[in-house]
Amino acid sequence: MTARSPGALANVEKFSVITAIAAPLMRVNIDTDIIIPSREMKRVSKKGLSNGLFAGWRYTDIDERVANPEFVLNHAAYLGTQIIIAGENFGCGSSREHAVWALVEYGIRAVIAPSFSAIFHSNCIQNGVLPVTLPADEVAALAKLAVGGSSGIFTIDLLAQHIIDPAGRTHTFEISPNHRQTLLDGLDPIDRTLTLKASIEDFEQNHYDGNTWAKLSENQP
Amino acid sequence: MAKTLFDKLWDAHVVTDLGDNNALLYVDRVFIHERTGSVALKSLQESGRTVRFPAHVFGTMDHIVDTLDGRGDSTLMPSGEDFIKAMREGCRWAGIKLFDVNDADQGIVHVISPEQGIVLPGLSLVCPDSHTCSQGAFGALAWGIGSTEAEHALATSTLRVTKPKQMRITVNGVLPDGLTAKDVILHIIGELGAAGGSGHAIEFCGPVIEAMDMEARMTLCNMGVELSAFTAVIAPDETAISFLEGKPYAPKGDAWDEAKSLWSSLRSDGNAIFDRDVIIDVSHLSETVTWGTSPEHAVEIGGLVPTADNTGCSVNHESISKALDYIGLESGIPIAGVPIDGAFIGSCTNGRLSDLRRAAAVLKGRHVAKGVKAICVPGSMKVKAEAEAEGLDQVFKDAGFEWRLPGCSMCFYAGGESFGTRERVISTTNRNFENRQGPKTRTHLASPATVAASAIKGCISSFHDLEDGMLDRKVAGGVG
Ligand code: SF4
Repeated sequence: MTARSPGALANVEKFSVITAIAAPLMRVNIDTDIIIPSREMKRVSKKGLSNGLFAGWRYTDIDERVANPEFVLNHAAYLGTQIIIAGENFGCGSSREHAVWALVEYGIRAVIAPSFSAIFHSNCIQNGVLPVTLPADEVAALAKLAVGGSSGIFTIDLLAQHIIDPAGRTHTFEISPNHRQTLLDGLDPIDRTLTLKASIEDFEQNHYDGNTWAKLSENQP
Repeated sequence: MAKTLFDKLWDAHVVTDLGDNNALLYVDRVFIHERTGSVALKSLQESGRTVRFPAHVFGTMDHIVDTLDGRGDSTLMPSGEDFIKAMREGCRWAGIKLFDVNDADQGIVHVISPEQGIVLPGLSLVCPDSHTCSQGAFGALAWGIGSTEAEHALATSTLRVTKPKQMRITVNGVLPDGLTAKDVILHIIGELGAAGGSGHAIEFCGPVIEAMDMEARMTLCNMGVELSAFTAVIAPDETAISFLEGKPYAPKGDAWDEAKSLWSSLRSDGNAIFDRDVIIDVSHLSETVTWGTSPEHAVEIGGLVPTADNTGCSVNHESISKALDYIGLESGIPIAGVPIDGAFIGSCTNGRLSDLRRAAAVLKGRHVAKGVKAICVPGSMKVKAEAEAEGLDQVFKDAGFEWRLPGCSMCFYAGGESFGTRERVISTTNRNFENRQGPKTRTHLASPATVAASAIKGCISSFHDLEDGMLDRKVAGGVG
């Protein structure tokens, strides 16, 4: 066993304020197969995924990695993008956390969309990526302002719970206090939960005393 | 206060209320597979942690494992073997029961969990796989998670979860002969949209659901996640209980009686309030297939591929034209008659015995059209053995289908085998996403009977289109 630094996930960056370019990907139902195709998940690892991010859209020839000039992240103006603005139901489909790992490795810190799939949303929180939910028309308006380069810079402030768009307008957003705190702290949720060890043990005792049928003593039938 | 089934399941697992609708929930069972479970186990081990309750954790090899005869650890996916070996080593390290590559009980996680009686009504069960909602068909709180959450569940037997809103989908009417749960769920997704269940847990109920067997209910709940729902549940009844009786990991003797009496209380109170109520009547439904790249792109078999401008929303407009572009179809043409190159029967949606029976009833005495690559992959070793005992394998092979070993196979493209670029496949799976079955492969979702009929005709077809009337041959086998 290797040593572990308690209290913080090795790769999770705290989230407070970011000021960065945002790229519009205004399609609905962008699924995790699109974000990271299966064939790009080559190793038993959370790393080495950013090259495969959006591979089906990003390259005209996936094997040769020929960049697709039509794809927004390939435009020079969007170099250094840290924010994605997308259509509803972003991250639907497969539960693969590789989708978030690939986004993080590429440098994405936040996604703004009218809605997210539950598993993807939770995977974002686990990995220091801020999912911002805003009404569809507001997302569409922000996407129009996401022109890249120095004219397309957004600021997202998690403490203040607002976005400042390139036109200087402020958009406030809601986020669950629990999720907000997890992102602000960058704390490892397993360590946090292990502080509740006694409650877990108490619960478990009662739970299986009352439901003896539900407990398996060994993993053979 | 009146409670829904979901409330009851939720409340029974709250270890600690974390405020603002979040709770630390106790997790009774964790299931993992080689594709995402291997990463979770490795990361857990590297961080110096252990699996807290190994007797409640199970593993299977389904996603990457080869489905060709004589298989071992090597697969068509480059580096696939690494996942299989890492999974096996991780399970050994943690003391987890693994249904290994050639185990007599191996299969797709959501097929073998019920077969083994690992999922039970009233339990909470998680798996780093989005289709874990299939298992909600038994009245379990079962939902899909990511790998980091899987580590959390393995290390602590709990998860931090935000309680979703609740939605009831009541399915009324009488399902026409030959139609199945697959047609029902594709229709529902078509009506509500792929984000229609977003932020909600769904309870399916109503006479059509009550009449369904467990395999059909699993097909239905399986695609709950294609509505973007947190999960789906169905109240456990006699059908669910008799399905589980005698299964290897199900309780026995007094424990079984204790369980049964508890399970009978697992239903929504009559006056329970749902955040959203949807009522659907399926009496006039016909076979349903998809035309595009989202399960919401559903159309009845007599219908037309839509035109981009018949929705008012500009975002959808663009998505429809992009979908048409990818799928290679003209808007406005009838969906029936579109030529296909491949047919796939299998997956956690439709890879169970009743699915194979329905397809075989259509295929018997017929042959797939020239040029159609047709593959059947049973969902588990048990399904395969039972099908073979009935001679279904021979029906598939005589009809020109390949008969494979169990696994996810070409339900998704792992980087190895695929149907090929721009090949058009009709498939009993659950996702028609871009590149899902292979780079640039075009997928149309349908029920086993519709896939079988289409394979024979060489184009998307209703089983009614086959010359001698499929219904006389008992394709239907009642509601399912
Ligand atoms: S059969 Fe398909 S949908 Fe089901 S678990 Fe396997 S890959 Fe996922």
